[in-house]
Amino acid sequence: MNLLLLILLPLVTAVAVLLMRNAKQVKAVALAGSAAQFVLAFVLLFGYYKERATGNTAQMLFEQQYNWFPSWNISFHLGVDGISVAMILLTAFVVIAGVLVSWNVTKMTKEFYFLLILLSLGAYGFFISLDLFILFFFLEIAVIPKYLLIGIWGSGKKEYAANKLALMLMAGSALVLVGLLGIYFSTDAHSFDLMQLSQLNIPIQTQMICFPLLFVGFGVFTALFPFHTWVPDGHSAAPTAGSMFLAGISMKLGGYGCLRVATYIMPEGAKEYATIIIVLSVIAILYGAFATMMQKDLKYINAYSSVSHCGFVLLGIGMLTKTSMTGAVMQMVSHGLMTALFFAVIGMIYERTHTRQVSEMGGLLKRMPFIITVLFIVGLCSLGLPGLSGFVAEMTVFMGSWQHPDTFRRVATILACLSIVVTAVYILRAVTKTAMGPLTAGFEELKDASWNEKLAALILIAGIIAIGVAPFWLNDLVSPGAEVIMQKLSR
Amino acid sequence: MNDFLTLMKPELVITGIIFLLLFIKLGKGLKNETMLLVIQVLLLLNFLAGFFLNTEGTLFDGMYLTTNMIVLQKNILSLGVYLISLLFADWFKKSEHMPEFFMLMLSALLGMFFLISSGNLLMFFLALELSTIPVAAMANFDLDKKRSSEAAMKMIMSSAFSSGILLFGISLIYGATGTTSFAELPQQLNGSPLQILALVFLFSAFAFKLSIVPFHLWTADVYEGSPMAVTSFLSVISKGAVAFIFMATLYKVFQPMHATWYNLVMILAIATMIIGNLFALRQQNIKRFLAFSSIAQVGFILVGISSNSIQGSTSVVYFILIYVFSNLAAFGVAAAIAAKAGRENIDDYKGLYQTNPFLSWVLALALFSLAGIPPTAGFFGKLFLLTAGAAKGSYLFIIIAALNMIISLYYYLRVIRSVFMDKNDEPLEKIKIEPSAKLGLMICAAGIILVGLLSWIYDYIQSMA
Repeated sequence: MNLLLLILLPLVTAVAVLLMRNAKQVKAVALAGSAAQFVLAFVLLFGYYKERATGNTAQMLFEQQYNWFPSWNISFHLGVDGISVAMILLTAFVVIAGVLVSWNVTKMTKEFYFLLILLSLGAYGFFISLDLFILFFFLEIAVIPKYLLIGIWGSGKKEYAANKLALMLMAGSALVLVGLLGIYFSTDAHSFDLMQLSQLNIPIQTQMICFPLLFVGFGVFTALFPFHTWVPDGHSAAPTAGSMFLAGISMKLGGYGCLRVATYIMPEGAKEYATIIIVLSVIAILYGAFATMMQKDLKYINAYSSVSHCGFVLLGIGMLTKTSMTGAVMQMVSHGLMTALFFAVIGMIYERTHTRQVSEMGGLLKRMPFIITVLFIVGLCSLGLPGLSGFVAEMTVFMGSWQHPDTFRRVATILACLSIVVTAVYILRAVTKTAMGPLTAGFEELKDASWNEKLAALILIAGIIAIGVAPFWLNDLVSPGAEVIMQKLSR
Repeated sequence: MNDFLTLMKPELVITGIIFLLLFIKLGKGLKNETMLLVIQVLLLLNFLAGFFLNTEGTLFDGMYLTTNMIVLQKNILSLGVYLISLLFADWFKKSEHMPEFFMLMLSALLGMFFLISSGNLLMFFLALELSTIPVAAMANFDLDKKRSSEAAMKMIMSSAFSSGILLFGISLIYGATGTTSFAELPQQLNGSPLQILALVFLFSAFAFKLSIVPFHLWTADVYEGSPMAVTSFLSVISKGAVAFIFMATLYKVFQPMHATWYNLVMILAIATMIIGNLFALRQQNIKRFLAFSSIAQVGFILVGISSNSIQGSTSVVYFILIYVFSNLAAFGVAAAIAAKAGRENIDDYKGLYQTNPFLSWVLALALFSLAGIPPTAGFFGKLFLLTAGAAKGSYLFIIIAALNMIISLYYYLRVIRSVFMDKNDEPLEKIKIEPSAKLGLMICAAGIILVGLLSWIYDYIQSMA
């Protein structure tokens, strides 16, 4: 399969969206485009299986390389392994659901869909780049659409939130940039090529400086404590699809970068700083969970719980075992689907009740059985019910972490496990209050989900259940990629 | 004779245009609209002519020299002047003395051409004066506005001051080495205290022209008072030309004293970026805003210059090409809005997107490019400047530069926010844009997108170096 399609398709869709005359055409084009992305992601998945089945053991498949700024030794180098395929699948799921959920956007529809598609373009490009320069290029492409999405279509303190998000993410990417330049000049190869860099031994002194730069830089994207503060503001101010993209795709860019770029090409640095990463991620997990307990707004609940859940991603990376890193990627996929669904449901509820305060809602199950059922499913997934994706992913992280015999990592794992209890408390409390009890006055006329909302929810639920019931396919997809990183680590 | 014609072709073409304008003006004269069209066509031809019959060589015993790189730099400046003639069509048409304005502007451009081509400090000084004095007259072109005269006064005072310093520096250099020729100077330079003093004086003169901190104080006032066309000429063309010759002087003439000027450039780059950015944060007037942002941009150019390599000079030229498109687009939009609103306040931009989507998108592209956000060309320009600067291996320097990009993003986003997000019950009405201004904005927008993505442009520049 030609990976360029993954970039060209969103690009063509985005341009086509701009050329459309009215909102109806815009929506049709955006939906067709995102459906095509969806199909393409599956074509990629099966193409990947097929290649592997025929015995192709190359680390990266479908590689392509074009000259781009040859004087800087930059090339447009694309390729995927299992980890990237998993992330691309996630992106495709979230994009189509996001497009469907935004069906009722009336303000500047064309621009809205244009930015959504542009964001997906950045994400796909990021996941398939094997050259750090273009990886960085796509990382930054994805920032400004978020800023505009929040600032124009958001609610509440939207300008503040949009500014905070854009500046923090850009500061993160500035650190990434400095780290990349450090790597570039540390070897005589003067290369940004990931494959080439992974073969070289980057000097230890460089790793000591550049690893934290890259890890913190990417970490800002994925809510590394204490750089998580944009998460609650950004998510709660964003429009529904914006939150879905932010939590479902954008935060995963950071996790993927931490794993693929920082840890993979600088294993010595990763080992050296592993302790700090573990401490910070455990803090994020516990702090996020406890902070969620105090929230009264549904979006804030999910935003803070995202901080907690993304902590598992970083914990899995920090533990540096094959299983834990596989778990980290699975957690990224699982959390991406789950949180996108959660935000979608919150958006649906808000559109009907015009409130997100848990205390102002009650008995909604009577009026909106479909939406509230989805809310139950997503809540149970969030608290880690077996059979849904959250359980599988978190379990894998814990198992990987427990493989370390030393006390420090054991204690860290146990502490992280404790957060599950807290999660159960806040999720059950919020969901029961919303769904059960007497129906709040004034909500008697509310309607259940429309076709597009149902379709969006079903697509995401299908993903969650597919991972939850049959985790092996995702595990098989991801673990060879983690294995390669492990080999580099133990060398 | 043939040498003279081919080597000095850019200057001769400009001189020809100046005389042609003079004759048209002295003769019957044309209506303003026709005249502007003639000028635009002439400037376009001038730009296109820059790509043919180029040779390398020296004239007048090395007083004047030209290389492919120098021709390319002249072409970039010609392109900028052509864009200015398009973008400010509205203002030109209303001006009573339009031909004179272009004569002055082209004289200044002629001075810049000689400046870039100069091979001797005396030639360099003459050219610098020729490129400055007409601009002071241009700054005074809004004849009925006090501020415009004030700007011209400030401009002439500060440039006279810097010329004085420059002359002093040149005399010290001559005293220390016995020559003013660029070709002979490098052998005579050994870093003696007197030479360092001379370098510092020369450096300050450049710093004045480039508005490097702490010699930047005149910039904002002059930019604010001058007509928008002059402001953009000052901030884009004039700065570009001086940056080119600054780089050439440091790289070629002062190469033996590289260790000395590296520190100087680095410290001034940091100061310029930080001060420019911090002052830009709170500006309400769009011209002052762009003035301080352009000071910060010069800081980034210095980062590239500090690298002292082919990569560095290529990325500086590349950045200035991008800067021409981005900054002119921003000024073009600002001029269109100022003409309608009668003021130059950023508050007037609130809700602009509701009524003027085209202008809003062009402005957004320009500002994103200035801020260095992909996929605009500014991203590549800034990144290559930083990469070139990073080759020296100073992490702190690069971290400061990278963090400055964040500060600058904050204030660029402030304008974006006014345009796209802030509510305004009475946004500006739909602005009717002159066709040629629209063409200019479109060229700028296309440049902002394409110069970055098409990597052969960078390679082309490097092949010239």
